[in-house]
Amino acid sequence: MAHSGIDVLTAGSNFSRLLGGLWVTIKIALIAIIIGLIIGVLLGILRTLPNRPLRFILRLYLEFFRIVPTVVLLFLFYYILPKEFNVNLPADAVATLVFALWVAAEMTDIVRGALESVPQHQKEAGQAIGLTYWQLQRYVLIPQAWPLCLPATVNLMTRVVKTTSLLMLISVMDVINIGQQIIEANNKTAPNGVFWIYGIIFIFYFMINYPLSRWAKHLNKRRLEANH
Amino acid sequence: MSTPLLHVNHLEKYYQKTHILHDVNFELNTGEVLTLLGPSGSGKSTLLRCLNGLEAYQQGSITFDGQAVTQKPKQWQQLRQQIGMVFQSYDLFPNRNVLENILLGPLKVQKRTRAAVLPEVQQLLEQVGMADYANAYPRQLSGGQKQRIAIVRALALKPKLMLFDEVTASLDPEMVRDVLNIIRQLADSHAMTMLVVTHEMDFAKQISDQVLFLADGRIREQTPGKQFFEQPQTERAQNFLASMDF
Amino acid sequence: MSSWAIIQQSLPLFQKGFFITLKLAALGILGAIVVGSICSLIQYFKLPLLNPLVTIYTEIARNTPLLIQLFFLYYAFPQLGLRLTASQCGIVGLIFLGGSYMAAGFTGGFEGISSSQLEAGQAIGLSRWQLARYVVLPQGLALSVPALAANIIFLIKETSIFTVIAIPELTNTALDLIGMYYHTNEYLVVLVVAYAIILIPLSLILTYLERRVRYGTFGN
Ligand SMILES: Nc1ncnc2c1ncn2[C@@H]1O[C@H](COP(=O)(O)OP(=O)(O)O)[C@@H](O)[C@H]1O
Ligand SMILES: [Mg+2]
Repeated sequence: MAHSGIDVLTAGSNFSRLLGGLWVTIKIALIAIIIGLIIGVLLGILRTLPNRPLRFILRLYLEFFRIVPTVVLLFLFYYILPKEFNVNLPADAVATLVFALWVAAEMTDIVRGALESVPQHQKEAGQAIGLTYWQLQRYVLIPQAWPLCLPATVNLMTRVVKTTSLLMLISVMDVINIGQQIIEANNKTAPNGVFWIYGIIFIFYFMINYPLSRWAKHLNKRRLEANH
Repeated sequence: MSTPLLHVNHLEKYYQKTHILHDVNFELNTGEVLTLLGPSGSGKSTLLRCLNGLEAYQQGSITFDGQAVTQKPKQWQQLRQQIGMVFQSYDLFPNRNVLENILLGPLKVQKRTRAAVLPEVQQLLEQVGMADYANAYPRQLSGGQKQRIAIVRALALKPKLMLFDEVTASLDPEMVRDVLNIIRQLADSHAMTMLVVTHEMDFAKQISDQVLFLADGRIREQTPGKQFFEQPQTERAQNFLASMDF
Repeated sequence: MSSWAIIQQSLPLFQKGFFITLKLAALGILGAIVVGSICSLIQYFKLPLLNPLVTIYTEIARNTPLLIQLFFLYYAFPQLGLRLTASQCGIVGLIFLGGSYMAAGFTGGFEGISSSQLEAGQAIGLSRWQLARYVVLPQGLALSVPALAANIIFLIKETSIFTVIAIPELTNTALDLIGMYYHTNEYLVVLVVAYAIILIPLSLILTYLERRVRYGTFGN
């Protein structure tokens, strides 16, 4: 391994450029997660209503986002929004929108599953003391469903972070795109740079996701213990 | 009593195609205790659930406190404040402590103030011997304790009618008596109107003003309290009482 | 040219991509199942030395994106003298990522066995290995079937990322065609339909399997 490679990391403003790219990545992930969670929780509650057409539509929404790979979703929105709907969004906004809709879709299923796994008896006990629909949701069902949702939600976050690696495909200036620019600029003088640049990006992703997935595991364990 | 508190008229209940309750008729006057007896699967729980709006019924009518009861969810939600129900499986809310379980109805449904409700709840808790457990969570309580709290939770709404569905069936024998005593006390010193499903025959005999004997979803006997136990008319009721080892 | 004609003209290329996607996914998934089952057994028996290695591997594989894993294999490894074709990189990458997911799926199945089953086995004097052979493996594998199916769907979708190292699978085929002929809508429609043809049947099977496991009728 030549030693010139590692210098690529520190040369000039390379490292701070990488960090800048990482910030773009994180920002898109964060905004998408927040928007997605809010929409997903609301739609997830609606999926427990006995309204068949509504449930069918929401199920369709979920299945579409589940079946189409995220890469393809990105290109669908990237190409079709401007062409068919005359909506010209910058690439990072398109990505945020796609990720948010994807998070929301997955979230509807997490929320629905958790709400439905609260025992039927709990619902009836709430009805028996005269709670209205929303009171029942608020005081009985959601507080009990919440701990069931948490581990899956945190896992979903790690998936979003990993999926942000696709941003480069639609030319967002994310950490990978900037990494590639640096690699190309130094290709002649330090061919080993590729190893170090991708290495550091690899570590960046690991450093974000590892704590999140540990947290998810911890939450899951606590949930299982609480059940016994 | 002139008008009965509860009047059930030609009630018919189906689950999909299965006919569960056939032409159920009875009246319950204020202050009376009606026990509903019958073998497992005869439709006792279903009848109670119909009386609390947890199940829809297909024909017949229910009149409560002089008011015809429709099957509109809104009306049931109002009525449930006046009809308390206690289940076999307690069903306390695990995410709320004892006091929060009890206060939920009075504060959120009836919109009463905490200051007004708290003394009443305190008194109820003392009555059932649970005053020290106001801050405990359901998982910290025994079955008998949970059931006593579930009873208080229903009483806190000051209902006019209480429905008890085999509330001692999941309890250890030594806990059964405590819970039955609470119900007995409600009948004796508070003149609470009650509809009780139970398999405790001694208790049923002591407490009943009226007995309905249900088999296969039909009322087979409808008699004043003691009479059912001393002179059951139908063979089914005789067999039932014999099987109860009574 | 009508949309239909454009689509028809592109079908031979898409068909090629379709089979490349299927082939790479199948090889990657098979490899992932092998790696995953070995890892989960190591974890179950807590084999010394190997167990911590498996933990490190699964944490790294699960917590980093496939795209970077592929870049490493394709661009950085040749610097170390390890040169693989793009397709080989794709398969190895999918096995690396998928192995960790499969391991988690199997382990989840093993952990889902009720403790009373384990105690019943111990009570009749089964050794640790016998317990694994007669109780844990048969029941655990049945319990992990839904996770297995979910992972298969996940890994098939992940093959779309192979486009970044120019493997001519479905997504790459569509992007190439768009780049050349600009018939964006038509090609994207074909692309989505192609994935739907593979994934809808699988997702129906998954729903069915989940139901069966939930109602505990597996293995009966
Ligand atoms: N949700 C339901 N769907 C279909 N049938 C039911 C349902 N609940 C109860 N049943 C049936 O209704 C009959 C009466 O049940 P239930 O009222 O629980 O009887 P009991 O309380 O007297 O034991 C039984 O045959 C039971 O199988
Ligand atoms: Mg019953």
